[in-house]
Amino acid sequence: MNALIDQDTTFIVQGITGREAVNLTRECLDYGSKIVGGVTPGRKGREVHGVPVFDSVAQLCKELGTVPDGSVVTVPPAFTKDAVFEAIEAGVKLIVIVTERIPRFDVAQMVELANLRGARIIGPNCLGIIRPGVAKMGGIGGPAKDAQKAYQPGSVGVMSRSGGMTTEISSTLTAAGLGVSIACSIGGDAIIGSTYAELMPMFEADEQTEAIVIYTEPGGRMEAELARYVTENDSKLPIVAFMAGRFMDEMPGMSFGHAGTIVEGKADTAAEKIKRLNDAGITVAEEIGEIPDLVKEKIAAKAEV
Amino acid sequence: LRFFEYESRQILQREGIPVADGGFATDAEGAKAIAAEIGGPVVIKSQVLTGGRMKAGGVKFADTPEEAEAHAREILALEINGHMPKGVLIGAKAEIKQEYYAGVIYDGVRKLPTFVFSDMGGIDIEEVAEQHPDHIGRGHFSTILPHMDFNAKDAIASIGITGSELNRLTPILSKLARLFAKYDMTLAEINPLAQLADGTFVAVDAHMDMENEGRPRQKRLLTELGVGDEETREAREPTQFEIDGEKVDSVDHRGVAGNVTEFDGNLGLVIGAGGGSLTLFDAVRRYGGRPANYCEIGGNPSVSKAKNLTKLVLSKPGVDKIAVMMSIVSNTRVDIVARGVIKACLELGYDPAEKIAVFRIPGAWEEEGFKILDKYGVEYFDRSVSMHEAAKRAVEKIGAAT
Repeated sequence: MNALIDQDTTFIVQGITGREAVNLTRECLDYGSKIVGGVTPGRKGREVHGVPVFDSVAQLCKELGTVPDGSVVTVPPAFTKDAVFEAIEAGVKLIVIVTERIPRFDVAQMVELANLRGARIIGPNCLGIIRPGVAKMGGIGGPAKDAQKAYQPGSVGVMSRSGGMTTEISSTLTAAGLGVSIACSIGGDAIIGSTYAELMPMFEADEQTEAIVIYTEPGGRMEAELARYVTENDSKLPIVAFMAGRFMDEMPGMSFGHAGTIVEGKADTAAEKIKRLNDAGITVAEEIGEIPDLVKEKIAAKAEV
Repeated sequence: LRFFEYESRQILQREGIPVADGGFATDAEGAKAIAAEIGGPVVIKSQVLTGGRMKAGGVKFADTPEEAEAHAREILALEINGHMPKGVLIGAKAEIKQEYYAGVIYDGVRKLPTFVFSDMGGIDIEEVAEQHPDHIGRGHFSTILPHMDFNAKDAIASIGITGSELNRLTPILSKLARLFAKYDMTLAEINPLAQLADGTFVAVDAHMDMENEGRPRQKRLLTELGVGDEETREAREPTQFEIDGEKVDSVDHRGVAGNVTEFDGNLGLVIGAGGGSLTLFDAVRRYGGRPANYCEIGGNPSVSKAKNLTKLVLSKPGVDKIAVMMSIVSNTRVDIVARGVIKACLELGYDPAEKIAVFRIPGAWEEEGFKILDKYGVEYFDRSVSMHEAAKRAVEKIGAAT
């Protein structure tokens, strides 16, 4: 799958009768997304904003006569693993996991099965994906009218470990006239289904995308992985990064903001990550407000080459 | 959730990994009794959740039970890096042929758990990895296939270990991996894993860390070990201010208004959400501001929750003003937070216009929120003012550090 989502992407919502899921369904439908069904065990026959509810993913596929492209999973942490396995085994290829506080071992299991079956997981602990003006999959950007305000179609791809900051950065890019091609809230946990480096080929294949902005934090090695990817693959997309949580370098062993931010070694610190990103030619902005100009400079520099 | 050494030993034992003779005591008399039972030279180790206990004098050796008692008394009274010991571990000082290292951690890039094994135990494994990479064996193992020993065997054999050593070490490393998975650990290590004179292996020291997300389903183990729900076991013990913050958050389940961490500045922060708080805390410091605290609001908390968090921050000694700031919100309502922070000021007898340096929360229900702020004369910003500009303005109003 190259584009993650477009106007034809169909998806379902697992846990659709939950309070947050009902809102999310409304928001996505209003935005133009194609939600073909929902799953909550024991609630077959109901409807949520006109979307039919089934007992299982397999049942949904059988009765609708089709396997949806994706699923948004928003069920409590103790049940998430089973719900994701269920979607993967039914043949769903794109799974957005909204749920937070899932034990890391469960996440590793879900990701391992997804890799075996050729499925992609976004999250957990994320707000999903938006292709501005086309569709959104997840709570990203909030209600349709709010999402329209913050996300206008444009040329910059956004990947962020923070759901809220995905919108803040996209809004800044929108206000500067650059707009957003696809924004992906990748999740704040220590293990996530799709890292920056793993999503890069998808952005590179996207015709609309001319540059990338990432929001990042201390903890984990996925920035080092991105730096390596960019260096080894001579990526055509210039990248601007924003690093939050620099203060955490003074407080090893403490976690702030997201579960994934705990610094377990020297390579996890903000300072070390900034250095690695810089070495790979990725500019690290000091302030959010600088991002649009840095992106414009990078796009212009690329055009001259 | 970090485990004390004596707890990690118990976990190893219940999973069938041999540990060196010894026992845990909370007083000097108990230490003496354990030493007498062991009947030989012993080591007395402070049970603290911090590194550097050897250097600090938290580890001592004794030849007699009386000597062990005296050492235990000293160690029990010794504070290390701000931590008082929970007790002492008395261990047999066995004759060791060689020290090994056995560990299991996550590899966040491959997204799988991985073995780390070395025949250079007893020292910092990161140091070994840097200076003697050929003495480190690694290998991932599946989280969905049935657990099998061969992965552990390969990791050990990869550094040239064979013969009876390999066959004795394999089940130990394999069992360590099993308990890592079973108990939601993010770290399980035995260092050193000692080979005794008779060729057998015992764990001499162990270190384990369970992730908080696993706690709800690990209640049985935690209860058996006597770990209370209230024990955070963070790198630093929570302060009273932080405990009070936790209470504010737990009163009702709607939204988050917590994750409070104490700092010693004069600018109180009422900020959110996860990434927004990290960004804003940095931003305040970037302009020379001195935050009094870190916190997170998100997920649409109630007015009273926002109010109680704000009151807690405003009541903290040394706080002159507060800055109320978030990244653009789509779920949390601007008007609800605005109501909460203004109510907090009023209930404490403060003028909101004076106490709230800036309010910068754009997004859902912002028109309603801004109306309320207008009424009380609070300086606020919409999304056209960046998070950094808002933080800068807050610092200007309170005065930067000199």
